[in-house]
Amino acid sequence: MGRLGKYTRRAFLVTTAAVAGGVAFGVWKASEVPPNPLTSTDEATVLNPWLIIDADGVTVITPRAEMGQGVYTTLAAMVAEELDVAWEDVRVLHGPPAQAYYNGAIMEAGLPYANYALTDRQRWVGEKMGAIPKLISLQVTGGSTSTVDGFEKMRHAGATAREVLKQAAAARLGVDIGTLTTENGQVISADGTRIAYADLAADAAEIDIPEVALRDPSEWKYLGTSMPRTDMVAKATGTAEFGADVQLPGMKFATVRMNPHLGGVMNSFDATAAEAMPGVEKIVDLGTGIAVIARSTWHAMQAADAVEIDWGPAPYPETTDAIFQAIEAAFDTDANSTLRDDGTIPEPAEGEITAEYRVPYLAHATMEPMNATAVLEGIDGFWMNPSAQMRSQGRLTLWCGNQAPVMARDKVAAAIGLEPEQVTVHTTFLGGGFGRRAEFDFSVLAARIATEMPGTPIKVIWSREEDMRHDFYRPAAMARFRGRVENGRATMLDAKIAAPSVTRQSMQRIADFSPPGADKGHVEGSFDQPYAIPNYRVAGHLADVAVPIGFWRSVGNSFNGFFHESFIDEMAHAAGADPLQFRIDLARPAHTPTANLLEAVGRMSDWGNDAPGTAKGVAMTYSFGTPVAEVIEVRDEGGRIRISRAWIACDVGRALDPSIIEAQMISGLIYGLSAAVMGEITFEDGQVQQGNFPDYDALRMHNTPEVAVQVFETNAHMGGVGEPGTPPAAPALANAIFALTGQRIRELPLWNSVDFVI
Amino acid sequence: MQLTINGTAHEVDAEPDMPLLWALRDLVGLTGTKFGCGVAACGACTVHVDGQAVRSCQTAIGDVWGEITTIEGLGTPDNLAMIQQAWVDHQVAQCGYCQSGQIMQAAALLAENPDPTDADIDDAMQGNLCRCGTYPRIRAAIRSAADMMREA
Repeated sequence: MGRLGKYTRRAFLVTTAAVAGGVAFGVWKASEVPPNPLTSTDEATVLNPWLIIDADGVTVITPRAEMGQGVYTTLAAMVAEELDVAWEDVRVLHGPPAQAYYNGAIMEAGLPYANYALTDRQRWVGEKMGAIPKLISLQVTGGSTSTVDGFEKMRHAGATAREVLKQAAAARLGVDIGTLTTENGQVISADGTRIAYADLAADAAEIDIPEVALRDPSEWKYLGTSMPRTDMVAKATGTAEFGADVQLPGMKFATVRMNPHLGGVMNSFDATAAEAMPGVEKIVDLGTGIAVIARSTWHAMQAADAVEIDWGPAPYPETTDAIFQAIEAAFDTDANSTLRDDGTIPEPAEGEITAEYRVPYLAHATMEPMNATAVLEGIDGFWMNPSAQMRSQGRLTLWCGNQAPVMARDKVAAAIGLEPEQVTVHTTFLGGGFGRRAEFDFSVLAARIATEMPGTPIKVIWSREEDMRHDFYRPAAMARFRGRVENGRATMLDAKIAAPSVTRQSMQRIADFSPPGADKGHVEGSFDQPYAIPNYRVAGHLADVAVPIGFWRSVGNSFNGFFHESFIDEMAHAAGADPLQFRIDLARPAHTPTANLLEAVGRMSDWGNDAPGTAKGVAMTYSFGTPVAEVIEVRDEGGRIRISRAWIACDVGRALDPSIIEAQMISGLIYGLSAAVMGEITFEDGQVQQGNFPDYDALRMHNTPEVAVQVFETNAHMGGVGEPGTPPAAPALANAIFALTGQRIRELPLWNSVDFVI
Repeated sequence: MQLTINGTAHEVDAEPDMPLLWALRDLVGLTGTKFGCGVAACGACTVHVDGQAVRSCQTAIGDVWGEITTIEGLGTPDNLAMIQQAWVDHQVAQCGYCQSGQIMQAAALLAENPDPTDADIDDAMQGNLCRCGTYPRIRAAIRSAADMMREA
């Protein structure tokens, strides 16, 4: 039993106590409050873990990482909304690793239920499970949960701060607090006296946090409005600091070359030639690869290429075909899950619709290659075989863009023999995350390399090839679907999904513990869709393949969305029905907002009216609490396919920043389309064959469609926005190509089957 | 070796075949220019040499034929260039990592062609990859920057 198991039991004990005591302001206040990781200085006062006040204004500490999705803006707006500060006076920083910044929403997302049909009881259980991330300090940016998690606690951070500032002002002025108002970072008395928050902050910090009711959304000034992003000017001027941009006095530069047979050993290496190259300072033996420390990244990369290395083999089948055979074999094993099992599934019979689908491994390919900077301080001499005294004195500081700073801290500490409190983590901006920076491999490598030169900061940047060939990939997956239609309607759908388990492999990496039981992530996007099909079963079969896999934008939904919505389309055509109306009829009895959303995307796209040489396809996936319907128009350009236009309708329940939501929906669509058209990681001789953008490309300016987005707010609860735009992209495109050409494509990427305007 | 960067002369102690990208980032300390691929396939490293957009990862410092402008030389947070203002007005950036290169490429386009068509924008910008998919807003920002610059 790993750490998670131990803490899980504790969590349930705490949960019970919390419920007995009543829950006044949501789960974050229900039991003991985690310690504040921040401390005040002479100039700046910390009012709570999310808020610092100084003479220049307020600084909001975001518990989540800014990787493009806009948390630096929307989480800050939550605090500012209640605090009454001018938007231009708000600054934002990433929080350090700390229990206070746990993500309380991410466990609820793991409940094995379909979100659209959650009962109040199930939702309540999910909220209670928010105590688990707190106990294990699960400070993770992922699962499209940042705004859902922050919605109460960040507003409370602003509201409680406002009230203690008013209490401090009331005491100073000798007036009743009820006579005071707040505006633009000032407390205002009935006689017009204005006191700046900065003048009150030190007094306010001494006051116990009161219970404060949050403002009604009808009073909001910032939330619900498109705010200027707080990171925009920095990102338009090259002044935003990404991990790769960290600069420290005396810093040296390094790169790594790890075994491309992923998980294999290094038998031997010869660095004679590399050591003699200009600018090279040190070659480091990392056991399963090498690092070069040099005077510049370029010198390091040149030398790393010059090292002769004898690699051991990979612990998985050597070719893509052999890997797919292992995945296919999982269909013959007992199902890991049957999370959808409605009605009765008949034995296979003549006249059924059947289809088999498959999708490849995918790389994240963030624009910023993996990197981290580290320095080991507090000791003299060499770190090799350090004494207990050296270990007790060592301090490691790490800078990197990451989605999980507590995990980075703990894994780095364990890797070099320090305690977690001896490691400091600074989270920079992330040049793309998409799940890749939830891993800790780049952090651990930088820390290990830093131990080779104590006292010297070392920035370790991977080459693009190293990044692409050492990813934690979106797994390859297969699906077998059977279905029946009667009188134009779906009456039976039976799906089997086969793929390696991201959940099990990543939990093994993170917590040395592979959770038993049904793997929801494996079948999400197939089992949990809001369609009323009377006989409906979705079974998940786990394949055992040791290729490293991880969380890739929308995770299981990324392949299940393609499988499920391609098959729904096949059923619609078999039924002789319009594919959009077929879905509306399926959704209407299950979830009204989804049915309305499909109608909306039909109106947006003028569904049913196609210009000559064009056709449209539709798909809908409900993921991360948000149903998203997408229509894609394709055009025949001399036998090649152009993706000409796209329409997205999403229902986020509550839209906190319409501009950011629109950007995220378009981003998710383009990320999904890039994978659908051309994304494919293949294996030969146990190595990934793709290495750089010429052989793992994505959509660009000239082949990206025009996109229109409409955001609705009728769903019962607020959903995520960073991921749900991705899953419907591939099936909407494949369905459009079917509508245009009559060719039903059941394998991705699509460019293996049709020509695109690229 | 002497390089003129954003109007300032810098003495750079390196081999002539060192890519300009790494000289800028690691030796001069100008990190606004980004490393994305190293093979001129993503445009993140785009800078200007004598006003022309070049991929600094594939330009050896020994081959630099003129004055270098990087994103830091285009404008600053307190004094944005018009093209940067358009980026802010349209809220283009998401992760932001590719945007230095996108802006430098777009600035070179507008210097050469003050009223680009959509096809001109496609041609000029297709070497610049953005994994966040900000292309629709980049296009809109280029259009409004063109309008602002023609009126200026």
